[in-house]
Amino acid sequence: MALTEAQKRESYRRMVRIRRFEEEGTRLYTAGKIPGAYHASIGQEAAIVGACMALRNDDFMTGTHRSHGHPIGKGADLKALMAELMGKVTGICKGRGGSMHLADKSVGIIGESAIVGGGIPLATGCGLSAKVRGTDQVTLCFFGDGAVNQGTFHESLNMASLWKLPVIYLCENNGYAITTSVARSHGQPSIAKRADAYGMPGVAVDGQDLRAVFEATNEAAQRARHGDGPTLIEAKTYRFDEHQVGLFIQGTPYRSNEEVETHQTHRDPLTLYRRVLETEGVANAELAIIEKEVAEAVQEAIRFADASPMPDAGTLYDFMYSHPLHDAAARVDA
Amino acid sequence: MSAIEKSNAKAQVRASYLDALVQAQIEELERDERVILMGENIAIYGGGKLVQRFDAKRIWDMPISETSFTGVGIGAAVTGLRPIVDLTIASFMYLASDPIINQAAKLRFMTGGQVQVPIVFRCCMYYGAGLAAQHSDRPYPLFMNVPGLKILCPSTPADVKGLLKSAVRDDDPVMLFEDTKLWPTKDQVPTDIDYLVPIGKADIKRPGKDVTIVAIGAAMRTTLEAAETLAKDGISVEAIDPRTLKPLDTETILNSVAKTGRLMLVENAHRICNVSAEIAAVVSEEAFDTLKKPIVRLSAPDVHVPFSPALESLLFPTSEKIIAAVRKLL
Repeated sequence: MALTEAQKRESYRRMVRIRRFEEEGTRLYTAGKIPGAYHASIGQEAAIVGACMALRNDDFMTGTHRSHGHPIGKGADLKALMAELMGKVTGICKGRGGSMHLADKSVGIIGESAIVGGGIPLATGCGLSAKVRGTDQVTLCFFGDGAVNQGTFHESLNMASLWKLPVIYLCENNGYAITTSVARSHGQPSIAKRADAYGMPGVAVDGQDLRAVFEATNEAAQRARHGDGPTLIEAKTYRFDEHQVGLFIQGTPYRSNEEVETHQTHRDPLTLYRRVLETEGVANAELAIIEKEVAEAVQEAIRFADASPMPDAGTLYDFMYSHPLHDAAARVDA
Repeated sequence: MSAIEKSNAKAQVRASYLDALVQAQIEELERDERVILMGENIAIYGGGKLVQRFDAKRIWDMPISETSFTGVGIGAAVTGLRPIVDLTIASFMYLASDPIINQAAKLRFMTGGQVQVPIVFRCCMYYGAGLAAQHSDRPYPLFMNVPGLKILCPSTPADVKGLLKSAVRDDDPVMLFEDTKLWPTKDQVPTDIDYLVPIGKADIKRPGKDVTIVAIGAAMRTTLEAAETLAKDGISVEAIDPRTLKPLDTETILNSVAKTGRLMLVENAHRICNVSAEIAAVVSEEAFDTLKKPIVRLSAPDVHVPFSPALESLLFPTSEKIIAAVRKLL
């Protein structure tokens, strides 16, 4: 099934939203307005948005420490995301999560795990839950090439296959687990091929091609909704920035400048999809309007975040328990 | 359960700790269709009753994947179910500890309250069974140091039933540590399907005036035996069972110490940073003036549980050790 005309424009809009959000976020982080660590999704927009476009609003999603793209890809509002990056009380997680944990439940995200591979069992549990509750909700589980080497990947895919759970395991294979390449860490470098071991379909797609990712995910979603079980999709993508903004890596570079520049010049998912849309007859002027609207929305998010207050000291214990405990809250070391 | 029993909230039956555990699960599975049970080889140790009674969508036999099936339970809890995850042997909690600590305990907080994780993690603690160090741990002190978890370790059939039911109905993650020495012990158990023991409330198992003994899990039975012997010599022990280790009911303990002026702490976990250490710290901070003598702790030493029965029997507090320590404390 191909994207509808409206979905095409929405796909492009969401990709541009991720790109502009990350560019502005990087600028703010470098300027010291965002605390903690900043992992940008620039370069991986098609892998994220292509997969998200195949989901319904009531489907579930789990993500990773590179968390900004996932909620934006699923259609989240930018204001609460930007405020969260700044640690503000209006943040999507009330300033308790930050850059690595931009989970927005309103678009179905139950968690963005900074424990690599930690989201894979949770997504599998969402699938089990849908089966028990008798709904046709599917769960999209994002993880990276590094997470494939965690035990949770093996254990979870086995269970999902065993019980035919409605889960789409989507590997954003950007080639590197921080600095360690797939070639240096995977005995079987084809991640899609690992699906064979679990008795589920495994598909490798060009992660820079939005249509390819959408079509593979859409097919997996249909299969999951019909009770035919999980799919492993390997979206071969590329991270344009460093693992985290400003990370200083000593010694021999793990990837060459030429490699990065080649991807930026020839494999930029936004450029590639813009070209596709133009070929398919979407007017340049229409795309320019989308780009302008997105730029304004990102600026509005920054203004909102800037104007928002920091959490009050009196709220330190908030969100710990459903029913506040007398003991933990009462005793603070002098 | 008959209609007559149902109508009488005070009705009780004599049942073992293990039977009470199974009955609590049956009642909660019947009461709420969101409750599911997950674990390995569930049909063993009383679980057969559950397998026979509920269909495959409620009872999930798990492959040997403790880390991930614990995470599966958490994902299911976040999306509308209320799983009971049976991790069987307590030493397997280490495998499950990443999802328990990094996901279950933290998700509510880290999402600013967007999600809740209503889940129960069960496990049993063997000792004195010749199972050697990898099957004989009491890892609850490790989890005490994790914010966001509620931790239970009751010592009677009625308490385990009422606390497990409270745990299933709680909206936060709860861990239940069961002492296998207690499994066969029998006592009166309320049959009311809404019999709940509140999480965070200690129980005075034996009132007394000379010395307060706080004992955890099976150490409570040893303590009550010792108290019986001491009573014959006119020594009056007040025995307190915290039942919930976190949040700890320090108020009940402090009130008792204010009365007796003497505190002994008995548990089978290793001595360093165990629950007794925490209770001793709290009492020292908040009631130092009321103590007539220094606090005494009886625990397992900082050594692994050995296989040989000749060595294993040396590890844990016995009623003889408790009696001797109480006499010194007076």
